[in-house]
Amino acid sequence: MATLLDIINVGLFAATLRMATPIAFASLGGIFSERAGIINVGLEGMMLTSAFAGVVVSYFTGNPWLGVFASMIAGGLLGLLHALLTVKFRGDQIVSGTGINIFAMGFTAYMCQIIYGSRGASASVKGLDVIPIPLPIIGNHTPLVYFMFAAAILSHIVLFKTPIGLRIRAVGERPAAADTAGIDVYRIKYICVTVSGMLAGLGGAFLSLGHLNLFAWGMTGGRGFIALAAMIFGSWMPLGAFGASLLFGFADAFQMRLQALGLLPPQFILAIPYILTIAVLLGFARKVTPPSDYKPYLKE
Amino acid sequence: MEQLLGKLVFEIQRVLPQIIAILTAFLAGAVVLLATGYSPLNAYSAMIRGAFGDVFGIGQTLTQASPILFTALAFLFAFKCGLFNIGTEGQLLMGAFATALVGISFHGLPAFIHIPVALLAGAFAGGLWGFIPAILKTRFRAHEVITTMMLNYIALYLTGYMVNYPYKAPGWVSQTVPIEKSAELPRILQPTQLSASIVIVVLLAVIMQYILRRTTLGYQVRAVGSNLSVAESSGINTRRVMILSLVLSGAIAGLGGSGEIMGVHRRFIEGFSPGYGWDGLAVALVGGLHPIGALLAAVLFGAIRSGGMVMTRTTGVPLDLINVLQSLVIFFVAVPMLARFLKRREFKWRLS
Repeated sequence: MATLLDIINVGLFAATLRMATPIAFASLGGIFSERAGIINVGLEGMMLTSAFAGVVVSYFTGNPWLGVFASMIAGGLLGLLHALLTVKFRGDQIVSGTGINIFAMGFTAYMCQIIYGSRGASASVKGLDVIPIPLPIIGNHTPLVYFMFAAAILSHIVLFKTPIGLRIRAVGERPAAADTAGIDVYRIKYICVTVSGMLAGLGGAFLSLGHLNLFAWGMTGGRGFIALAAMIFGSWMPLGAFGASLLFGFADAFQMRLQALGLLPPQFILAIPYILTIAVLLGFARKVTPPSDYKPYLKE
Repeated sequence: MEQLLGKLVFEIQRVLPQIIAILTAFLAGAVVLLATGYSPLNAYSAMIRGAFGDVFGIGQTLTQASPILFTALAFLFAFKCGLFNIGTEGQLLMGAFATALVGISFHGLPAFIHIPVALLAGAFAGGLWGFIPAILKTRFRAHEVITTMMLNYIALYLTGYMVNYPYKAPGWVSQTVPIEKSAELPRILQPTQLSASIVIVVLLAVIMQYILRRTTLGYQVRAVGSNLSVAESSGINTRRVMILSLVLSGAIAGLGGSGEIMGVHRRFIEGFSPGYGWDGLAVALVGGLHPIGALLAAVLFGAIRSGGMVMTRTTGVPLDLINVLQSLVIFFVAVPMLARFLKRREFKWRLS
């Protein structure tokens, strides 16, 4: 009879890192967008589309790195679309993000059927190789896992230690003041939302090229929304969101193992990120306020 | 006569942006079809024939339209109060499960009691799922977009647990046992699955239009939605109005779940909703945020779904084209409509 202790081992923590990677990338993407004053509920769709784009390019070129590049392009393009609809046309941010999610769901399944003859899954493609580091937990992962650490630290430095970061935060918090100070508000918003899509794209690339080596229908499975939860949980701070991603990644990895054992219904653990986020919003831990009121900015 | 003509022209002008958006979306869809080697003409004509070509098609179209109209009305009512309820999916699931529970637990009740009780249970559970974000919003200032989004997933996993463990029917499928005959809503167009829930939801659309235009509650909801601080200073209990509108919104979505369980599936099946909540959001927008507009838009979206199935069967075009089409409609509708919405708001401000 297997017990709980049997599944708490080195493998669980290695899996935690893997499950945290897509969430962390997407939540960093969410932060860049929200710091510039745009809600990005389209992260889920951006991840899904880029997971698919990565697989298609790897399939036709045999080069997974070109696939990762394609994922970033695909995510970035959807980010650009989100910026175009919300900044230029002042469309509603939630509506645009929802549209992107529905589009991704339909478009990836449609193209999967066209290219691979099945809407459920693509053919297997060449994925990223693991880097053979002989260390427990942090060794033997695909490069994207290590990129995640770099991206979290880099995002923190960019947002909080550089003049560009100051401008981004100014645009999100006080767009009118930023405009007066000579910052091109629209340009910053465009760049941030596009970067947001590219980061979500890396998360998607990890799912398809760094994890399963194929595309499966709806393979993001709500991770884009968990990423938003991680972002809030981490108070819109890159390192905080990274920590929250590790926590939610752990929940995900733990849940899979529990399911294999049949000890506890998986639904309880799957719901944890969402329940925790609501608990945080209740102010149990600390005061949480978003960095922007997300209103469209009108130049005078 | 002249007055009537003028009114007609005015109405057409009002819906013109929506019609243009829908046509543009279908044109863009045609480009996708052409690029992937299908004939848009064949695909679209199969779709139209499938959705409206015969009584069966029309029945299926309206069957698909009903749950979407419920969630659209739910979204719309909260939106009029300035609240973005994107949790209609979760509210629908909660309502559906509560209804299924009432449907399977009571035996030997006459239908005229069992049906209303089951509907009430759905409305109550959906309303509860709208009450939570309402309290979070009014007491803790938590944004309803985030909380309703999270509650969608909590509802998904909660009902998922229920239907996989305590209430799972014997067998491989994650579903409950069938509800009692006395809790079934009658099918009104055999052999299609069209049930009396379409009657309920159409009535609801008309009632909502009446409430919004003719009652104090409707006036207060619109006042809070158009300018919170003005509403507050004019003596409206804005907190109460917000809570009430989110609870009613959730209750409407929950009733949509009841309709699906009592009319179509006759039991709770895991994953029965392909995302009716999100479709409802789109339908509310395409319908110009107007209950009767939503009615027409729901028929359009229902037709895309039911006609889409025929299109796939006869021309081989992947069914997922329908999601692409729906997202394109959203993109094209969102842009001009919101511009117009803002303009109207500015105009109102200048007047006051």
